[in-house]
Amino acid sequence: MSLIRLDRISRYYRMGAETIRALEEVSLTIDRGEYVAIMGPSGSGKSTLMNLLGCLDTPTSGVYELNGLNVSEMDDNQLAEVRNREIGFVFQTFNLLPRATALRNVELPLIYAGLAAEERRQRALEALERVGLGGRVNHKPMELSGGQGQRVAIARALVNRPSILLADEPTGNLDSKTGMEIMAIFNDLAATGHTIILVTHEEDIAHCARRMIRLRDGRIASDEPVRK
Amino acid sequence: MRFIIELHEALLIAWDAVRANKLRAGLTTLGIVVGIVTVTLMGTAIQGIQRGFRQSISVLGTDVLYVQRFDWFINSHAEWLRQQRRREITWSQFKALERQLNSARAVAPMVDIREAVKYKNRSATGVTIIGTTDQFLVTGGVGISEGRFITPEESEGGRPVCVVGAQTATNLFRGEPILGSRVYVGGHPFEVVGVLEKQGEFLGAFSLDNQVVIPIGQLTAHFVPFPDYTIQVKVGDESRLEDVREEVRGLMRKIRHVQPGDDDDFAINQQDQFIKTFNRVTGVIATVGLFITGLSLFVGGIGIMNIMFVSVAERTREIGIRKAIGAKRRNILIQFLLESMCICLFGGCIGLALAAPLTLALRRLMPATMSFGLVGLSLGVSLVVGVIAGFMPAWRAARLNPVEALRNE
Repeated sequence: MSLIRLDRISRYYRMGAETIRALEEVSLTIDRGEYVAIMGPSGSGKSTLMNLLGCLDTPTSGVYELNGLNVSEMDDNQLAEVRNREIGFVFQTFNLLPRATALRNVELPLIYAGLAAEERRQRALEALERVGLGGRVNHKPMELSGGQGQRVAIARALVNRPSILLADEPTGNLDSKTGMEIMAIFNDLAATGHTIILVTHEEDIAHCARRMIRLRDGRIASDEPVRK
Repeated sequence: MRFIIELHEALLIAWDAVRANKLRAGLTTLGIVVGIVTVTLMGTAIQGIQRGFRQSISVLGTDVLYVQRFDWFINSHAEWLRQQRRREITWSQFKALERQLNSARAVAPMVDIREAVKYKNRSATGVTIIGTTDQFLVTGGVGISEGRFITPEESEGGRPVCVVGAQTATNLFRGEPILGSRVYVGGHPFEVVGVLEKQGEFLGAFSLDNQVVIPIGQLTAHFVPFPDYTIQVKVGDESRLEDVREEVRGLMRKIRHVQPGDDDDFAINQQDQFIKTFNRVTGVIATVGLFITGLSLFVGGIGIMNIMFVSVAERTREIGIRKAIGAKRRNILIQFLLESMCICLFGGCIGLALAAPLTLALRRLMPATMSFGLVGLSLGVSLVVGVIAGFMPAWRAARLNPVEALRNE
């Protein structure tokens, strides 16, 4: 069974009297362990798709099954639980809590998962170790470089062992060298069996993935393996 | 377990948020501070006044009836005029009551006047001279610190003896031997046979220790031939107070020939009346205090609500992040509620800290102490204000759409 199954998903927004059709009848399946890049110019609907895949938003119509769960009909609190358990987000702007240390930032998903302090700490330290930040756990985001900040965000995304890593322009705020370092982490994670979905508009970043989906005007324009 | 973890986390966040904006939190909480200061001071003052009052009127005795011409509390001018027409209570009426009333422990007549008292070349003016019988020792609830009280024989025979109050004794004798010496009350000689125990002041107005007790026969012989008597009836047992009161009333009506159907033409007063009237007064004070407190807490609460809306707006992005990684509505709700409660509790503590020295100042006027109950009440009230004021902003935060919240800069 596939991990993600979108069946004729549409998402419309109302803007005053106008209806904006951000996604139009998109069907898509992604299997466990895939490394997918979603590409498209701005306005193509890739942010909307990523919000839907990340369970931050629900579709206007269509069915979204994630790991066997029909998430398209869940309420706010159920979605929060699914996000907590199944999805690890990595954002372009890192989205770390500025007043919390790296360790506390990484612990955060585990707090909402209801884990006890000792286990939280253990797992957060492991995750930080994994992204090569074992030595900076007590630094605040302001005291870290951009690359380090994004590593903390990746550690946070990994810490509750989600089914999917969802990365939205993860290198967009980084210089190209640091960006490549971050991509190396993703490549490494993909190689060890993690399911990764990468939303980007940069060709060379997208080429790290093994499958590329191009969106145009709310529809899938192409969906093919990446030729290396 | 899970809820405790969430609560702990929310508390940490809330505490952190308050600490990050100390000045803002401090200024916002001013209304709460004022409210808490008012509520504690009002409460302390009322308790203090009550305690002082009770101490003061305890000299009246909880089980003593005062049969008198006038009521202690007259509520209208018409009533006052009506009572002015009442006949005086005479010696023979007292004797009749004393003879017929057998359910009380003691009955004593009492008449008081102001006179000058002289000892050697020293004199005290405006001393209360009480004319009574030996029974006054029981009905008046007074103690003897030196010597003895007037005996039944002295009282019956109207002997020129007297018992002096503690303050009168100190003023006149200044350490000289008291018992057996001679004082002049309004020019008439009396032998001092005893000294009364110190009693303090009545309602802070006049001293109960500046008095001289003499046999009633001496008083009528030298000062007032036909006085208006007060009859003190000591019941001896508080539970029988009402029964005895009814019996006294019936006897007095008979003795004074009140026609059936007519109103009593005398009053039976008791300590209780003081307490009732007093409670009405403190009730008014408490209501006014409550109003002021309510008003400042309301204004304070609005301030807190305002600042919480600001806090939610400032941290929209943080809310988005938390929601994205799995915070449920209740997590966000509790986080902001706790923040609002922290601010209010902070205000409550400042209020208590300000009220404590003010209570010490109050102590000069009355026996005031800030009770634990009041401290608890104040803290409870500030927490409740925190919950009420914080609820709307917190609810709004909890319902934020994560996508929009994340887009917020």
